[in-house]
Amino acid sequence: MITEHPHDSHGPDKGLMRWVVTTNHKDIGTLYLWFSFLMFLTGGVMALIIRSELFQPGLQLVQPESFNQMTTMHGLIMVFGAVMPAFVGLANWLIPMMVGAPDMAMPRMNNFSFWILPFAFGLLLSSLFMEGGAPNFGWTFYAPLSTDFGPPSTTFFIFGVHMMGISSIMGSINIIVTILNLRAPGMTLMKMPLFVWTWLITAYLLIAVMPVLAGVVTMMLMDIHFNTAFFSAGGGGDPVLFQHIFWFFGHPEVYIMILPAFGVVSAIIPTFARKRLFGYESMVYATSSIAFLSFIVWAHHMFTVGIPIAGELYFMYATMLIAVPTGVKVFNWVATMWQGSMTFETPMLFAIAFVVLFTIGGLSGLMLSIVPADFQYHDTYFVVAHFHYVLVPGSVFSVMAAVYYWLPKWTGNMYDEALGKTHFWLSFIGINITFFPQHFSGLAGMPRRIPDYALQFADFNMISSCGAFLFGFSQLLFLFIIIKTIRGGEKATEQVWEGAHGLEWTLPSPAPYHTFATPPSDLNDAHG
Amino acid sequence: MTDSAYEPYYVPHSSKLPIFASIGIFLTVFGIGHILNDLSAGVDSAFGMVTLILGGLVMGLTLFFWFSKVIEENYKQLYSNQMNRSYVWGMSWFIFSEVMFFAAFFGALFYVRVFVVDWIGGVGDRGPSGMLWPNYEPHWPLLNTPDPERFPGASGVIPAMGLPLVNTLLLVTSSFTVSFAHHAIKEGNRKRIIQWLTVTVTLGLIFLFVQGYEYVHAYNDLGLTLGSGIYGTTFFMLTGFHGAHVTLGTFMLLIMLFRALKGHFTDDNCFGFEAAAWYWHFVDVVWIALFIFVYVLGG
Repeated sequence: MITEHPHDSHGPDKGLMRWVVTTNHKDIGTLYLWFSFLMFLTGGVMALIIRSELFQPGLQLVQPESFNQMTTMHGLIMVFGAVMPAFVGLANWLIPMMVGAPDMAMPRMNNFSFWILPFAFGLLLSSLFMEGGAPNFGWTFYAPLSTDFGPPSTTFFIFGVHMMGISSIMGSINIIVTILNLRAPGMTLMKMPLFVWTWLITAYLLIAVMPVLAGVVTMMLMDIHFNTAFFSAGGGGDPVLFQHIFWFFGHPEVYIMILPAFGVVSAIIPTFARKRLFGYESMVYATSSIAFLSFIVWAHHMFTVGIPIAGELYFMYATMLIAVPTGVKVFNWVATMWQGSMTFETPMLFAIAFVVLFTIGGLSGLMLSIVPADFQYHDTYFVVAHFHYVLVPGSVFSVMAAVYYWLPKWTGNMYDEALGKTHFWLSFIGINITFFPQHFSGLAGMPRRIPDYALQFADFNMISSCGAFLFGFSQLLFLFIIIKTIRGGEKATEQVWEGAHGLEWTLPSPAPYHTFATPPSDLNDAHG
Repeated sequence: MTDSAYEPYYVPHSSKLPIFASIGIFLTVFGIGHILNDLSAGVDSAFGMVTLILGGLVMGLTLFFWFSKVIEENYKQLYSNQMNRSYVWGMSWFIFSEVMFFAAFFGALFYVRVFVVDWIGGVGDRGPSGMLWPNYEPHWPLLNTPDPERFPGASGVIPAMGLPLVNTLLLVTSSFTVSFAHHAIKEGNRKRIIQWLTVTVTLGLIFLFVQGYEYVHAYNDLGLTLGSGIYGTTFFMLTGFHGAHVTLGTFMLLIMLFRALKGHFTDDNCFGFEAAAWYWHFVDVVWIALFIFVYVLGG
């Protein structure tokens, strides 16, 4: 029903239908975050199946066909189902509160963006039970493996990707419009918290590249069902064309998964160092530079495919350039901590671990950018180690840091600090045991995406599998801590953290259902 | 916007529309997926078609009620200027996403034309690839494919200066006529709005008819098909997606025509029309790129 008074405060609907019909940014943020956690566990179970099979050489647990389905689904679910929705959930919860807006710019479309996802992933997961099995060609679905040799369920995988794309594009339009149009008076762009800045740029990247992904899966669909020749050399096309278009999407995609993490860390470190963020403006420019560079480096994923030498050189140097703005960021985080009066609550622990471990992942990326070196590293476990270092202790740790940091604002209760720290240390140790040895097995030549391997890699794989189980089961503790905090605990104050700045910390804890129906006049030193 | 005169931003109540839209999208793609898989496997089943029709109905009805609701809220004056700016930004970014979708297909065309056609023939330092298909001659438009058994090739292409030129004139003219309709809204001249919109919609329909005629000619007389090799592939995918967008744009303008007949649109309240017009201009610009790169330089 439409009321005549746009500003009358309507509370949540009753019962479970609340979550289906809600237009509230906080409800939708919660939905995104829980969905993401469910997918994180689903993809995690697949990772543990993979690690179980790789615990020892030889085939003991799954057949190679199912193994390939597991690696494919694990990648797709973690990228599109866990990491991306987690950041969109954070954006939903936080951006309106951080910029002093009453809600997202288009609240009904916001609900639409979310509710497409369960259908998309239902479709994707149902392919596991279809004839011929689930997609088995890796999350990068290279043609012609996916077009000429893929299972029939590839068609549904393609439509699943289309649905995720529609969801992402609508969600990003909502975020961009909220940031550009709904900021409180006086909140100029350069006063926005860095999390808002990073999401503005991320949303731009999403709107720019998700349509390209839609384009490339559409070409696949046509090649499969209508005998088009996009990726068939016999018709004048080229399988390498697939890789170019895919990675034109894929490289910005990896920044889509890390830029909001930069924003989270840039919020947390100043709070617990009790200092302003060092070099706010340079952070903004560095983020923009990374986003720009992300469009012009894609072929560094394809050094071994046979591109001309001029292309190899160009993409090598352009890729190395990314280390400059990234270095600026790492420098600024460290400089923020320099001489700060630091305390080490759980969010800060995750944030510091992020800075250290993401940097390791970044540096191994720099190694991979060197063309002749990449000829050796390509498609080995070194690559697996590299991108898991940036995605797990990078993106995933930042999401965990964000959850601990803002959970008191969301629930009104403090989490159990001892349990939080336990969760951190278990995760930190688990993650390093899992992925650090993979650098060595990769450098020694162990290829990725195989269910069996030579005996020489046995020790590193066994260690890696042990770490994976430690990390995986630690996340049940995370789940327990979250549920415990929702159900009760020490009451949180408005500011929650002594050193926290920004509009969301001026609101009561838990934040009321509707906030900033009229914009705030005091911006509370928005970016800390 | 001044601080003292803040107009409240309308935050709608909970709504059942989005969940129906999600169900609609799901049923639609699930139906299409089944139809395609059944076609490729040679299975005869009505399941896909039934699901698709159901999904299309759910989606169509949901969109109808959704837009009706937005129009209704607008006429109840629930929307502030700030809210209207949200719609302006939203439509602009949506069109940007469409531009990027076409960019993928144009990128494929350029890559194939500039690099692949020659490389398959062993040009440059890729000698051995020329040994795979010794009879293959690098040439654009690529009518004789390397592997004629799977991709039979075509006997000719559509010349730019025939029907495509006519279509260019039709679409460019329609971009002007839709602008005239906009001016008529600004002047409050309802008769003119309706006239110019009718002209625009008619031009769109003629364009689609000509395009369809051209397709039939290509398929029947030239053997130029989706499966005839990369030329047919890029030709039909680019012009086909453009045609789909013209269809959508024509439909949007048709709705605007009905709304104009109902007395909607004033000079300061006509964003629905403006959004459709922007979309129409976007479709026009894509066509000009198509005309240059697919027909004139590609034929």
